[in-house]
Amino acid sequence: MGLDKYGIAKRIAQELQDGMYVNLGIGIPTLVANYIPEGMTIMLQSENGILGMGPYPVESAIDPDLINAGKETVTVIPGGAFFDSAESFGMIRAGKVDLTVLGAMEVSENGDIANWKIPGKMVKGMGGAMDLVASAKNIIVAMMHTNPKGESKLLPACTLPLTGVKCVKRIVSDLAVLDVLPEGGFKLIERAPGITVEEIRNKTLGKLMIEGEIPEMSIN
Amino acid sequence: MQKVVANADAAIADVPDNATIMLGGFGLCGIPENCIAALARKGVKDLTCISNNAGVDNFGLGLLLQTRQIKKMMASYVGENAEFERQLLSGELEVDLIPQGTLATRIQMAGMGIPAFYTPAGYGTEIANGKEVRAFNNKMYLMEYALHADFAMVKAWKGDRYGNLVFRKTTRNFSTSIAKAGTITIAEVEHLVEPGELDPDHIHVAGIYVHRIFQGTNYEKRIEKRTVRMNGK
Repeated sequence: MGLDKYGIAKRIAQELQDGMYVNLGIGIPTLVANYIPEGMTIMLQSENGILGMGPYPVESAIDPDLINAGKETVTVIPGGAFFDSAESFGMIRAGKVDLTVLGAMEVSENGDIANWKIPGKMVKGMGGAMDLVASAKNIIVAMMHTNPKGESKLLPACTLPLTGVKCVKRIVSDLAVLDVLPEGGFKLIERAPGITVEEIRNKTLGKLMIEGEIPEMSIN
Repeated sequence: MQKVVANADAAIADVPDNATIMLGGFGLCGIPENCIAALARKGVKDLTCISNNAGVDNFGLGLLLQTRQIKKMMASYVGENAEFERQLLSGELEVDLIPQGTLATRIQMAGMGIPAFYTPAGYGTEIANGKEVRAFNNKMYLMEYALHADFAMVKAWKGDRYGNLVFRKTTRNFSTSIAKAGTITIAEVEHLVEPGELDPDHIHVAGIYVHRIFQGTNYEKRIEKRTVRMNGK
């Protein structure tokens, strides 16, 4: 048993540094907001036009004019700011957002990502994913290591239509933390608690680089 | 200067069949509810609609899908709409999916008089097919064209008789750019005020872009996903 989605979110929260501007995608990435370390000021960006997105509102504070990119009712923290979509993607393209965390269906060993379309199934659209992956300075993918059929999602090359090319820097899965090397390949950085290097090797189809002893993640 | 019209029906009275219409909003947040209802009443057909989303089954642009008034939809995400899916799969509806930032900037450029621009979004993916590719500083970009509309429709919080608009919270979304991209721009507002009542320092869209304005009524402001905090978390 590897990490559950909360464990993945907790591990990603360890990547945060005080003062960062961070865009969290829908799903597991959203959970990262619950584990921002005490005393750290992180400005969450929501691409529909918020910097300083706060938690969900209490019932009495629900405002239909204030939602996040997942169309959920949210709040804004003191010191937050609103802007329009064109400006929002301007700050993303210009590299002002320090970290983007998003989910993926597949990641390739050269950092390509596929997360918007499955041929033959209803296509709902890419939303802001293509813009985010094409421009973000640092992209961490939060995902399960294998799909529901047990097949590796870390591949030599993506089989699904791409969202972006050579953009993923780091993957935090239920089994491991891996870096995508500039020259290609997944470098194993950490193991999830109780997970062996052998299991990670068996579930990683793309090129896996293992150097020396691989430490276990520390997750509280 | 006479921009004020009586209501939504008067504002959209000259929208013809086959028109290209841009509508502000993100999901159901900040959509021009009154204009959409008036378009449904008027029954104009074969519309090309440009909007980030396509509403839900019985609200927003979903209302115009139910009545089969939309021929083509240009959007970044059309997830929450079963009727949309049915019409798409049956071939009744044409869809052009555009990355959200590219869509926002294509609309913004129309309002800035710039015909095209380069963006990295979608490079190396299927949406790059047929597009000009160019390298700047060793990074690859796609050329994208400005996106104009015959009619642009937005909803603002406050507006004055000269068409100056002020938005509230995340309702600014696509609306401020869309307001500048229409040959005819129609603004519906929650509060129509006299010139001078809005602080010039706080105007989000200057009146020059707005051709018609009216006081909207009966705003439902439906919430798509009502999420609430539990015990402070």
